[in-house]
Amino acid sequence: MTTFTLDDMRRIMGGCAGVPETLDLAGDIGEVSFAELGYDSLAVLEMAARIQQRLGVRIPDDAVDEMKTPQAAVDYVNRRLAA
Amino acid sequence: MTEPTRAHSRARSRTPARDHDDRPVVTGIGVAAPNGLGTPAYWAATLDGKSGLGRITRFDSERYPVRVAGEVSEFDDTEHVPSRLAVQTDHWSHLGLTAADMALRDAGVDPATLPEYEMAVVTASSSGGTEFGQREIEKLWSQGPGYVGVYQSIAWFYAATTGQISIRYGMRGPCGVICAEQAGGLDVLAQGRRLLRQDARVVVTGGTDASLCPYGLVAQVSTGLLSTRDDPERAYLPFDDDACGYVPGEGGAMLIMEDAAAARARGARPYGAVAGYGATFDPPPVPGQEPRSNLRRAITLALEEARVDPAEVDVVFADALGVPARDRLEAQAISAVFGPHGVPVTAPKTMTGRLYAGGAALDVATALLAIRDGVIPPTVGVRAAAPAYELDLVRSAARDGPVRNALVLARGHGGFNAAVLVTAA
Repeated sequence: MTTFTLDDMRRIMGGCAGVPETLDLAGDIGEVSFAELGYDSLAVLEMAARIQQRLGVRIPDDAVDEMKTPQAAVDYVNRRLAA
Repeated sequence: MTEPTRAHSRARSRTPARDHDDRPVVTGIGVAAPNGLGTPAYWAATLDGKSGLGRITRFDSERYPVRVAGEVSEFDDTEHVPSRLAVQTDHWSHLGLTAADMALRDAGVDPATLPEYEMAVVTASSSGGTEFGQREIEKLWSQGPGYVGVYQSIAWFYAATTGQISIRYGMRGPCGVICAEQAGGLDVLAQGRRLLRQDARVVVTGGTDASLCPYGLVAQVSTGLLSTRDDPERAYLPFDDDACGYVPGEGGAMLIMEDAAAARARGARPYGAVAGYGATFDPPPVPGQEPRSNLRRAITLALEEARVDPAEVDVVFADALGVPARDRLEAQAISAVFGPHGVPVTAPKTMTGRLYAGGAALDVATALLAIRDGVIPPTVGVRAAAPAYELDLVRSAARDGPVRNALVLARGHGGFNAAVLVTAA
């Protein structure tokens, strides 16, 4: 079974929404909120769109609203992949 | 776009202004031009007559009728703009953000120390984010709607540069954008001035444009006014007998404008003051008749407001479209006000191409530098101004001043005319 890792998420974040100025994406950012990382709601929406295209996992808008951290996004995607 | 103005009590309670104190001053300049990134590089190149025109490199222009343009070749979007901001914005905003940052530093203005509602942003734009838009539209065609990025929603539209500057520096005073093609780069100064008379103490103004992508270029070509010559040295020759249209370019300038007394109080050293402004609109063209222009009226309005006689004007920065019929109209307007060969006229934009909304803002920056250094930058490429125009065109080499009063003219496609008189502060 395919799993979606935090590194996959890092690549998507940096690729579609840019790299934060103050924090290193390669660091321990799993539980840091998107807001603290400098990503607004549009940025998270963009990440969700790229994940959907790459993995074919549909992510409804209300699920996007619930993704507060990169790890939360990874966990959500893996739950959907396993389902 | 403009927020409702708040109470004007602060403005009213000021002590009576000294003469000319109501003239806002420019305290900071930021330049992103095809012949120089940053004011020092641009100004040195401009005085040397060094052109930034060349074959288009941003895309393969081989099959397009226009293949020469002015590109800001030294500019690196990812180096000059923070990554998070760069992904959300078009190349035109990148140039604008970079110029605004330069201008703020030049002015010695630290936005973090100023009241957020007293900082305003008014920029000019004529194309918006066409390159960004083209990229997203290509994704729509080739991959489908789900592949269009979310930032298309905010990157393309005219106010995007203003908005991103406002967000970046926490400038929450009145913000807006003016779209009047080349003339917009002057109109923003009038709007900025209005805001300074209300509650704003600092206005980030000026403009940039960058539409050198297939979609953007095709939209420009449709006017029939662009040069199709391949030799960069012979492609843009305003007022020359050999004039053949204009070369488009990208970039522009941002200016920091402040109330004169406030600037003095904080110890700023202004480049000069915005002393007069006039704007008119041309009558609609009538088929079979010669086009008519109200540019002359814009000039006289600006001079009257500045209380400057034509004889006191040291240089005119011409709009210089490079299209014979339009060059003639501009020459007639200049001669009608100043007399034949009555004032030095120059068009440094022969070294950058026409930068649309960025062009007139860059001309204002150039005029202020001319005042500072007492020198008139040249018009390059033009061998001799057509005698019928009766213009004293500053050709080939810079001419020594002094320069105290400089008039900048701009015409925007569709009939906009604007004139700004800048003067030594």
